[in-house]
Amino acid sequence: MAYLAQNLTKGGRELIAFRIGDQEFCVDIMSVREIRGWTPATPMPHSPSYMLGVINLRGAVLPIVDLSARLGMRRTEPSVRHVIIVAQVGQKIIGLLVEAVSDILTVTEDKIQPTPEVASEFERSFARGVLAIEGRMICLIEMDAIFGDRESEAA
Amino acid sequence: MDMNEIKEIFFQECEEQLAELESGLLRLNDGDRDPETVNAVFRAVHSIKGGAGAFGLDDLVSFAHVFETTLDCVRSGRLEPNQDVLKVMLKSADVLADLTNCARDGGSVDEARSKQLIRELEALAHGEMPSHAEAPAAKPVAAPKAAAPAAPAAPVANDQGFVPVAFSFDDFGDDMPVESVLPAYEVIFKPKADLYRKGNEATLLLRDLSRLGEMSIYCNMDALPSLEELQPENAYFTWRAVIKTDKGEDAVRAVFEFAEWDCDLEIKALEEDNGEQSDDESPMTPVPFDLSALFDEPEPPVGLVEEEERIAASEAEAAAAASNVVQLPGTKAADSAKSAPAAPAAAAAAAASAAAAAPAAQTIRVDLDRVDRLINLVGELVINQAMLSQSVIENDTNGTSSINMGLEELQQLTREIQDSVMAIRAQPVKPVFQRMARTVREIADITGKSVRLVTEGENTEVDKTVIDKLAEPLTHMIRNAVDHGLEMPEKRVALGKNPEGTVRLTAKHRSGRIIIELADDGQGINRERVRQKAIDNDLIAADANLSDEEIDNLIFHAGFSTAEKVSDLSGRGVGMDVVKRSIQALGGRISIQSKPGHGSVFTLSLPLTLAVLDGMVVTVANQTLVVPLTAIVETLQPEANSIHSFGANQRLISIRNSFCPLVDVGKILNFRYQAANPVEGVALLVESEGGGQRALMVDAIQGQRQVVIKSLEANYTHVPGIAAATILGDGRVALILDVDAVVAASRGQPLRHENALAAFG
Repeated sequence: MAYLAQNLTKGGRELIAFRIGDQEFCVDIMSVREIRGWTPATPMPHSPSYMLGVINLRGAVLPIVDLSARLGMRRTEPSVRHVIIVAQVGQKIIGLLVEAVSDILTVTEDKIQPTPEVASEFERSFARGVLAIEGRMICLIEMDAIFGDRESEAA
Repeated sequence: MDMNEIKEIFFQECEEQLAELESGLLRLNDGDRDPETVNAVFRAVHSIKGGAGAFGLDDLVSFAHVFETTLDCVRSGRLEPNQDVLKVMLKSADVLADLTNCARDGGSVDEARSKQLIRELEALAHGEMPSHAEAPAAKPVAAPKAAAPAAPAAPVANDQGFVPVAFSFDDFGDDMPVESVLPAYEVIFKPKADLYRKGNEATLLLRDLSRLGEMSIYCNMDALPSLEELQPENAYFTWRAVIKTDKGEDAVRAVFEFAEWDCDLEIKALEEDNGEQSDDESPMTPVPFDLSALFDEPEPPVGLVEEEERIAASEAEAAAAASNVVQLPGTKAADSAKSAPAAPAAAAAAAASAAAAAPAAQTIRVDLDRVDRLINLVGELVINQAMLSQSVIENDTNGTSSINMGLEELQQLTREIQDSVMAIRAQPVKPVFQRMARTVREIADITGKSVRLVTEGENTEVDKTVIDKLAEPLTHMIRNAVDHGLEMPEKRVALGKNPEGTVRLTAKHRSGRIIIELADDGQGINRERVRQKAIDNDLIAADANLSDEEIDNLIFHAGFSTAEKVSDLSGRGVGMDVVKRSIQALGGRISIQSKPGHGSVFTLSLPLTLAVLDGMVVTVANQTLVVPLTAIVETLQPEANSIHSFGANQRLISIRNSFCPLVDVGKILNFRYQAANPVEGVALLVESEGGGQRALMVDAIQGQRQVVIKSLEANYTHVPGIAAATILGDGRVALILDVDAVVAASRGQPLRHENALAAFG
């Protein structure tokens, strides 16, 4: 937990690390708008199971995704201890429900190892790579890959 | 609404289309071979061509047409979009942008460059190698016109902000040999006040007339009363035009076709082409009138004309005549002498009326972003005010009346602010409808059909964003209606119909949406042909069993067109799928009803975006939903003996001896799997767009409230059965029910949810 952000070299990128179950993941800090506590979401009809619903983010309607379920893991029972990472993906802003934010990391590209071959096609589709930090393994998530805005591509 | 404003909208759209075009081409250049990308590029060029056609920007149209033809080859797979091809296309995109800018701002384009590109594009379209590029040089398609916009002296914006588009009447005469003796016609045109009331404009008619050939025009303003007696709404002038044209008397008459009943019109052929001589025979004292001055003279007096046109068309007439005592070259000096005494009086009258009318018509131009920001803020204010009221009510122990009174006042104020702000954006659909009139005229000209456009409800107000985006789909639809829908006059006569086809464009508010209907009295959809075409294009299987409705809806498929020949304006099959996409992008729906032999009706249903909605807040399966109040006819508490089972799953409720299907909202939205017991809930009787009533079952009614519509699409995607979202007083998001979609779903059309999955991986 106490891994301090080390500016390894100039041009290193900053990542926000968070926990889901016993695994750690991270996303690029540039795509994160804010981090906020869980508030009950309004469920939406006919939505995939990982869509928890929408909440009011200062007047905007923000969809909340259960990241654990989205990544094919167990569904999360949201509680007040959970946090929502508000992230920008393409033109849209979405909220990711995670267990807790653990770290801010500063790493250079060469620290990001390619996703191991063992992973299935599904895991490799969202994992941009893995990081070894103080004996922990942190998976870097490519948000565009999972929440890519296919509508705008089609238009 | 003047032409400049309409034109400005077109140029704004052009900018968007050009950006789309370029990014699409660049994607193709990067190796993207998605057919949708090619389609997008094609649509962009097609839309520019269509709009340019409507404004008579010939050089733009002809260039875009060549470009489009080549793109069509790429689209159909006849031409491989390799690097070389794309290089030509990107260059063409640049020229297209130049031509657009040129049409807007004046200036010139590199003629040699566009000619060269047209040759290259044509070579590509014909599948020739670049070395054969010289071959089609004989084709005079567009090249000679490429520099046309630069023809008149570079125009300058005048003080009204009016940037004249390069436009010269001389150009129209160019095609005709000057020496040849053409038949001349004398046109006496006396507009009545009704002409202006119906939205016609004498100067525009005269301009159209001038396009037929060489024209000289005189204005008689003897009838103009003194200032005290002047009725600004009246028409006082008589115009006499002498036109030399080879197009015949019918063409001259056709110009006034729509105004015939509202003016005194006299057209006679002159024996010789020296029309000027008859001046002396005229008992009136005509003022020679420089028509072009109305359109492109930057001098202040004409600025006055521009101003006047906005205030009242007939006043514009006065000012125009007064300020244009300028002699046409070659007209008699006597004319000016005669007209001199009349002119100052008219000028004074015009100036005085301008001064009097000015305060009423004062407007300011405001950046749309500022208005939007204000609207968003007011939306927040409304939500905040609701939250405040709620917490006061919750914490209110002993009814402190002063707080309550203050809150009530606040509520009223916020509502008023909101209404005023919304009114800023709401605009009548009239300008768009006016644009359509021109489209109809032109497409009728091209196709040789005779068409009458009837518009109703032009003053229906809708948000500006909707208006702006309405023009393009409507243009496509009108073209299709005239081109494919209406029959040729001879055929209509043979069928016992009026040789003149009617296209009816209607706008009205319904259920918190704007409904725009486009009806023609043509042949309707030829289902046999549509079906055959769909089979040929592999859209459906040859043995597919389709209902009439399903066949009609096939026309919305991309790449579908039943027109056999590709015309300049329609028939490439991009029309209806573009229309459907644009309407859906606005959160609207399009439907078609067609009756063979009697015509088709296209119905667009569009939301009044950004609007506030009066809603009924209800509970369904522990969720709070908002049902638009406009959709609800009545609410009722069902009794056990009024519920009747019907078949396996259906239930009907009897209301005053008629039976109405019961729709369980919770079940349709998948909020619960077991149908609720109707007796424990409340039924909302709704009237849906498709007609017919349904009883929507909800668990309870919480109350009525005005809610601010929040887009779900902004951050998520369209949710079937849900129109939009809103934020309630407790700060939570509530969904607004899409009554029509729910009713449709209850009829057995499942709510589609692939959209939701597609957008969210």
